[in-house]
Amino acid sequence: MKTIVKLLRKPIAASILAIAVGFLIAAIVLAIAGYAPGPSFAALFNGMIGKPKYISNVVIKATPLILTGTAVAFAFKTGLFNIGAEGQYVTGTICAAIVGISCDFPPVLQVPLVILAGTLGGAACGALVGWLKAKFGINEVITSIMLNWISLYACNFVVNVPAFHQPESTSTYAVNPSSYTMILPKWKLSEEGLATLKGTPWLYEVLVKTDVNVGILIAVACAILIAVLLKRTKMGYEMRAVGLNREAAQFAGINVNRNIVTCMLISGALCGLAGALAVTGLEPHNISTLAAFENNGFNGLSVAFIAGSSPIGCIFAGFLFSGLIYGGQSVQQVMGAPSDIINIMIGTIVFLMALSQVVPMVADWLERREKGVANA
Amino acid sequence: MEVSPEYAVQMHGIVKTFGSFRALDGVDLDVRKQSIHAILGENGAGKSTLMNVLYGLYQADGGELFLNGEKVSINSPTEAIKHGIGMVHQHFMLVENFTVTENIVLGEEVCGTAGVLDMAKARQEVVKIVEEYGLEVDPDALIEDITVGMQQRVEILKALYRGADTLILDEPTAVLTPQEIGQLIKIMRDLVSKGKTIIIITHKLKEIMSSADECTIIRRGRYMGTVDVAQTNEAELASKMVGRHVNLHVEKSPSRPGETVLSIRDLHVKDDRGIEVVKGLSLDVHAGEIVGIAGIDGNGQREFVDAIDNLVHAESGTIEVKGKQIQNTTPRNTIETGVATVPSDRHRWGLVLPFSVAENSVLERHNEERFGKGIMLDLAKVEEFARGLIEEYDIRPEGCESQPAAGLSGGNQQKVIIAREVSGEPDLLVAVQPTRGLDVGAIEFVHKSLIRERDRGAAILLVSLELDEVMDVSDTIAVIHDGQIVGSFEQGTVTEEQIGLLMAGGGSK
Repeated sequence: MKTIVKLLRKPIAASILAIAVGFLIAAIVLAIAGYAPGPSFAALFNGMIGKPKYISNVVIKATPLILTGTAVAFAFKTGLFNIGAEGQYVTGTICAAIVGISCDFPPVLQVPLVILAGTLGGAACGALVGWLKAKFGINEVITSIMLNWISLYACNFVVNVPAFHQPESTSTYAVNPSSYTMILPKWKLSEEGLATLKGTPWLYEVLVKTDVNVGILIAVACAILIAVLLKRTKMGYEMRAVGLNREAAQFAGINVNRNIVTCMLISGALCGLAGALAVTGLEPHNISTLAAFENNGFNGLSVAFIAGSSPIGCIFAGFLFSGLIYGGQSVQQVMGAPSDIINIMIGTIVFLMALSQVVPMVADWLERREKGVANA
Repeated sequence: MEVSPEYAVQMHGIVKTFGSFRALDGVDLDVRKQSIHAILGENGAGKSTLMNVLYGLYQADGGELFLNGEKVSINSPTEAIKHGIGMVHQHFMLVENFTVTENIVLGEEVCGTAGVLDMAKARQEVVKIVEEYGLEVDPDALIEDITVGMQQRVEILKALYRGADTLILDEPTAVLTPQEIGQLIKIMRDLVSKGKTIIIITHKLKEIMSSADECTIIRRGRYMGTVDVAQTNEAELASKMVGRHVNLHVEKSPSRPGETVLSIRDLHVKDDRGIEVVKGLSLDVHAGEIVGIAGIDGNGQREFVDAIDNLVHAESGTIEVKGKQIQNTTPRNTIETGVATVPSDRHRWGLVLPFSVAENSVLERHNEERFGKGIMLDLAKVEEFARGLIEEYDIRPEGCESQPAAGLSGGNQQKVIIAREVSGEPDLLVAVQPTRGLDVGAIEFVHKSLIRERDRGAAILLVSLELDEVMDVSDTIAVIHDGQIVGSFEQGTVTEEQIGLLMAGGGSK
């Protein structure tokens, strides 16, 4: 019992419990709907890790989630709710697309340039929200929701600018191939490359059948960097102080407003980076007219939530989230069960994370009960 | 003690646990009818818990309760009120923009036909009680327009209106001026002579001596005995409460004031509602001197200290520290000029509670190179620094540097703040309510720290609502009223009554 109590007190306990209960609820819903939970979950996991191609796709889809999740978690640590991750992501894709289409330098220059453009775009969006809050006290939730829509329509506007618009489509031209961040983009499709890869089937599957790209490395590196920034630097210390007790931080001479702007800037930059990496790393390497949000930013909110706002946790939560969404398609294909079951599962997990305060309370209760038994 | 109808309240062997913590461990309380019974204890000793058990807010895990010699169980405040027990909380529970009458009848309204409020009748009933007990209050005044002392009377009237025979007063004097305290004691005596029984919770020894008949002492949830107040003295009460001998009076050598460190001239500051609350305040504090500011809460103390700390904008006037004007710059600038502040609310301003003690210990100087090169923060160095402070200031529990500050007791939290502020060897130390909510032992520590800093050569500005503290610790006592310093005296040249009069706005400047 002592070990259970101890385990429950660990911060990660809430996440793991929430995920377990999420699966349980999904199993119950599946059973009620007449689908066998066991085979459904088998199909789900098979759809995540059954083939090298699947794993590769889960990793690819996890890239933006890890970045936007880290962005939201980071802002949260500073006491800010960055619901504008979606808009910052979209702005990142716009800026990356514009620069990627307009410029055509050698890859060593072009790739950093395009990615930087997207990152700066997201950073500008975030910084604007932070500045409005610091200067005029406007709640960041309101401004960032409005900026989400501004970004969406800005995207649709850019798509229709003649210089970028690809005729007879709803999208822009693709960015110049010098911007691509896939692994060996040219070689893997050349005759020589195809011949070499045929020898190792899993590598062939991963490289040729999916857009495997360097984004995931950048995303994981960013999450780790943010964790270090928060825990091991003076800047991170100030930001956490501002997030946990704004008045005490101000009293201690910490410039609260500057920290708010900086934090939103960094958070926005991460989202913009996610957008840029999507343009450079994934087919069709362009942006198209958006009828609705694609949820790359909003899902980041869920990822941050599941991770309990830990940047390192966002890496795992990002993979989990991506795996559930991607593998969920197989549940539909194999079992015929609607893939909405995945949304139920994710919804349950997020909901339970919101109740995560309960977990330490359960630990307290267990401890008390044990004591009560011992005393009696 | 035998159960007898001579006692209004008898609580025997009360046990109350919260989780693994025994807040009350077999506490006895026997309150004679028509007496004033004080409950004395340090913060966290269990005084309020005991009263909350009596008032039905908590259920005891063990023990028996007798009212007028009969065994009862009280499971809610509603039941307590039915049994004739009334409670006046430390923080008043009044509707600011309602009249006195409306507040008194709230929840027990007088209704005419068809449930229509009959305020005329309600007013009559209130007037009747007011006259019966001689508690002068205007029944038609709005709460926001009357003084704190009057508001307290309204709270007492609320309890009387509900038929209370036994009144519990929780720290009733915390917010009152000396004159108001005198009036309150008179009211309590009147109530007792009219058949009521009064229990007061307090940690102020002087008031127990001047008002109570008997006093029950609780230390760390344990019953330490009941004493007849006439047969005891302050020193005995204090040592029973703390468990060791305490110096009630601050021992210090005469001050040797040096150069002027803080010089405020004609300062005007508005509060957050835009109303001017500091109205031309001028004040000097010299090196090696403690200047205490006495005053009733809300007379501009907070705003003028905030102006020194650059947390608010000064409308006009100057604040000079060591000859350098610092008004309307930044909090950082105030700190870098050599000013350290112990804030009034340690949870709100003083600490980041979820931060570890170590992280809190560098809150103002985390940017120094010794805590990490460049942009990096070296947690090991921060913890090493904190360990030094923990040892020097005896912050408990030992080895708490990596624990969240939220887990420390109030006294130890205050020690963390004082250690942090003093460790930078400031030229000016501003201490606002530095002993608020602390027990006798911790208060002694805080006062010694202030005097040690003074003797080191720092200028000390002490702002406190506790007149005793200001009178006792300060070398110079300045009285603030309505945003101005209305009098300044050397220690020993003025009486508490004179200061009290000035605090209340009486007397000429």
